[in-house]
Amino acid sequence: MSLLEVNQMSMFFGGLAALSGVTFGVEKGEILALIGPNGAGKTTLFNCVNGFYKPTLGTVSFRGQKISGLEPHVVCRMGLARTFQVVKPLQRMSVLDNVIASAFLRTKTRAEAVDLATEILEFTGLLEDRDVISKGLPLGKRKRLEIARALATKPEMILLDESFAGLNPAELDVSIEIIRGIKAQGITIMIIEHHMKVIMSISDRIVVLNYGQKIAEGSPADIRANPLVVEAYLGGEA
Amino acid sequence: MNKKYIPFILIGALLVLPQLGLSSYVLHILILALMWATAGMAWNLLGGYCGQVSFGHAAFFGMGAYCAGLLAHHYDITPWLGFLVSVPVVAALALVMGFIVLRLRGPYFVLATLAIGELLRIIAENLVDLTQGNLGVLIRRTWVDKDPYYYVILALALGTYFLIQRIMASRWGYYFVAIREDQDAAESLGINTTLYKTIALAISAVITGFTGAFYMNYMGYIDPQIVFSLGDISIVMIMVVMVGGVATPLGPWVGAVIMVILAEWIRSLPVIGTGYQTLFGILLIVIIIFLPNGLVGDLPKIKRFFKKEVPA
Repeated sequence: MSLLEVNQMSMFFGGLAALSGVTFGVEKGEILALIGPNGAGKTTLFNCVNGFYKPTLGTVSFRGQKISGLEPHVVCRMGLARTFQVVKPLQRMSVLDNVIASAFLRTKTRAEAVDLATEILEFTGLLEDRDVISKGLPLGKRKRLEIARALATKPEMILLDESFAGLNPAELDVSIEIIRGIKAQGITIMIIEHHMKVIMSISDRIVVLNYGQKIAEGSPADIRANPLVVEAYLGGEA
Repeated sequence: MNKKYIPFILIGALLVLPQLGLSSYVLHILILALMWATAGMAWNLLGGYCGQVSFGHAAFFGMGAYCAGLLAHHYDITPWLGFLVSVPVVAALALVMGFIVLRLRGPYFVLATLAIGELLRIIAENLVDLTQGNLGVLIRRTWVDKDPYYYVILALALGTYFLIQRIMASRWGYYFVAIREDQDAAESLGINTTLYKTIALAISAVITGFTGAFYMNYMGYIDPQIVFSLGDISIVMIMVVMVGGVATPLGPWVGAVIMVILAEWIRSLPVIGTGYQTLFGILLIVIIIFLPNGLVGDLPKIKRFFKKEVPA
């Protein structure tokens, strides 16, 4: 049994099928990348998994328990955290307070929450920015703050939605190291990403979506050689 | 001077104030200012820290006032018992209200709270057997002197202040602010946003109910138009916080002093005095444009403004 199982999941918005009959599993400890052209349904899939949407058809199970239809805060409490593509920092709070707010999920006292938050800021390289009001952070660090907040909920699995988009090469390297560090802690990762170099270097397996359907699944090498994937990205021959 | 002594000096000053031989009128102003500071702090918890702007807090104020007044009126029980009785009554009202309005966001939430405040006024006007409708409820006040009332409301105000400071340093405080800043982010970080919004609303409501119960005891007379008033209660609570400083601990105190003095002064003016609500409206617009964070929140901005005026 996989840690996360997406089973025949479909999501309709009116007549539009954002996802249709998607099935795959994420194994414990791996990094699974979810790729596909714009509008393929990647973020919709995340929203269905983390509880923002209730899938129209099909189910999602986490650790063998059905989680589709549960509220996001319940899903997070079960150990499945996420970040947002359009970053959502708690703007008028400091970086440290942002992380404390999520650290309270697994800690009892404020002192414990501060300790956990500080530890995570150190891990994500944000410690020196802890007193900065998060509205003033540059994008690269805001993306990292998203990851830090998700980690502070002590997840068993984490969903990263385009944590690399818009980063410069130096920031990319930092973030790749952080992702590797998260994996080393035994946390399972599902990541949405457009940056192919990043995807090919960090992911164990890749699932490709196009127009809401799964068109391929396999190792980075398999995906690179898959004609369907190439066609989805570059367009088919007329 | 060491900064940490300032609170003690302030509290000491508040304690000895009535002993300075102030006129009954000045003491009345102080009592009203403390009452509005308390109500403002209550509103600030929900509206300022948790970001749920309510235009219907008169519902809780009036409910607290009627809890005290009706006990005395119907059963001849001391109206001070209203403080105790109002807790379950106001909390129950807050839970019902929360169930209806807390699923709404933004302007829909605002309109729903406004409607509930007005709804209670109309109910109180028409349940004549219980409330005597627009005739109002008149009770015998416990004390003729104003001093005891001053100390009661001072205790309530200080208690509220320290309670809210405690809450804001705790898990609840972090969750309230997280909800204000981004409800979706808060939800995805494992915060049960509906639950914590309800907690903020309930605490805010119960404290507001206390101020209403105090008002009944102090004034000795209430009617629905007074205690369930949109313009004189709900909006004044918002004004107190906006003028003083949203989501600041001392903002409601500063706002309350200014609003009470301003209201007394404007109402005493000939001709335009009757239009004091219009003037409040203009004041609110000015505040929102120039000092969106209120006097306390925008203190650095005010300081800078005055420094610029003085040629160096």
